[in-house]
Amino acid sequence: MNSSSSLINALFIFVLAGFIGFEVIRRVSPLLHTPLMSLTNALDAIAVVGAILLVGEHKSQLSAIFGFIAVVAATSNIVGGFLITDRMLKMFKSSRPAAKTAAK
Amino acid sequence: MTPELAGGQVVIELLYLVASVLFILSLKWMSSPTTARHGIWAGEVGMVLAICGTLLHHGIIDYKLIAIALVLGTIIGVPLGRVAMTAVPQRTALSHAFGALCVTLVGSAEFYLRSPGISRFMMSVLSIEVILGGLTVTGSLMAAGKLQEILPQRPLTYKGQNLVNFLLLVAALVIAVWLIVHPESRTLFPFMILIALTFGVLLIIPIGGADMPTVISLLNGYAGLSAAAMGFVLDSKLLIIAGALDGSSGLILSIIMSKAMNRSFTNVLFGAFGQVQASATATEEAKPIRSATPEEAAAILSAASRVIIVPGYGMAVAQAQHKVRELFDSLSKRGVDVRFAIHPVAGRMPGHMNVLLAEADIPYDRLIEMDEINGDFPQTDVALVIGANDVTNPAARSDHSSPIYGMPILDVDKAHTVMVIKRSMNPGFAGIDNPLYYLDNTLMLFGDAKAFVGSIVRELSGGHG
Repeated sequence: MNSSSSLINALFIFVLAGFIGFEVIRRVSPLLHTPLMSLTNALDAIAVVGAILLVGEHKSQLSAIFGFIAVVAATSNIVGGFLITDRMLKMFKSSRPAAKTAAK
Repeated sequence: MTPELAGGQVVIELLYLVASVLFILSLKWMSSPTTARHGIWAGEVGMVLAICGTLLHHGIIDYKLIAIALVLGTIIGVPLGRVAMTAVPQRTALSHAFGALCVTLVGSAEFYLRSPGISRFMMSVLSIEVILGGLTVTGSLMAAGKLQEILPQRPLTYKGQNLVNFLLLVAALVIAVWLIVHPESRTLFPFMILIALTFGVLLIIPIGGADMPTVISLLNGYAGLSAAAMGFVLDSKLLIIAGALDGSSGLILSIIMSKAMNRSFTNVLFGAFGQVQASATATEEAKPIRSATPEEAAAILSAASRVIIVPGYGMAVAQAQHKVRELFDSLSKRGVDVRFAIHPVAGRMPGHMNVLLAEADIPYDRLIEMDEINGDFPQTDVALVIGANDVTNPAARSDHSSPIYGMPILDVDKAHTVMVIKRSMNPGFAGIDNPLYYLDNTLMLFGDAKAFVGSIVRELSGGHG
């Protein structure tokens, strides 16, 4: 029965996290939808933790090889995702400082 | 499963908890451009904490291989983070493929490690994980190939396409159910993966460029959901949370995109997008159009007091965004109020136009979304359409027979003067004729977007001395 109670726990977490996700992401400005997608991509690469365990525990040849490729793929998403999101957000500038000249 | 947590385990779980909170904050801070960069910081810290926590697991015996993989991933990731802004849609598609690849490989490895003794519930989520993951891998690679123009961009359709796709999905599910009941049938597992991979290819074949924003969002959602399923398999709360966040983000964006194209969400979910309409474009008699030269366009623009520029994917293709910035500067200097109207599906992914214009140094408070700016067109002197077509087509409002009838559009035709920069009178990608071009208040500006905007800018500065 232990495994079914852990299933229920997992379902609770999934549903509540999905709910938070909806509420939080609904508020993201459409202006930032592209960086949002690259950021969620980087966060999603947290799957790397599962892959790291596969490589590190080395339970079988197959699992270590699959895990290795998985770590490479996920790490490239983490690094690339954060890098490009940062580059994009740096570009978004407000005209506020120059507002006086622009408004006139 | 874990009756009593050991001390080290508690530390790891607490690190994961902090990481989860940081991930949620990270997305929350994306709500505004002023706080968004804190969001990256929170995400990065959360990620580092989670990885450090994982490395503390006492089961890990081989650190060297992990280190090599992390370094290799970084070497691949850095150039992927440095691509040009015009290439962001294909980069995003590629990273969905990488994310899904990771999930699918981990799922497969877990199956072979646990296989005969795998519980029914575990096998169910594992099947969801690898089927969703598998179809996202190939689907995203196909999407990236189309966006990078390695693959033909035209939608490929054939008879019975939906039936074939449906049967494949059923076959994958039958194998999944068989494996749930008989988890010892290890030889069947690769077939399930193979079918999922094939399904991903076939799903994207009928998709054309204009549908890419919806498809990329949908693949984003699938990648997230498969990661959440992986969280169930590994009993990792952190992974469930991150997957649920990513999944809901992708689904919300797909809903927004499908609404902006007037497609129901279920229509999108079942892959019934991208059908080519039987092009019943009867060759109509040549309707009169009016065209103008750069000099005339410059004169009209400099006499205006309110201008709205409507950019589309054509602007990105012509690489015209920097010339558009020069036009924006030159008009703003003359006291003209210039704003940009952004349609949700303009470009090849959600928010694509905003990123391109922000890169060209156009302040983000000048980029206005469709619902907010549509009421302003009647008080606008000039609407300048650059490389956009269907999103300005008034037939979507009035013509019941139009394939895009009902799609929300930017009401450019209500401006006093509409100017459309276009290469020729050929109908756009979707092959739908645009009545906007024949209106009395429309001026066609024929030419390459970058060159034409450049000549307008030259006229404007020349006229001023």
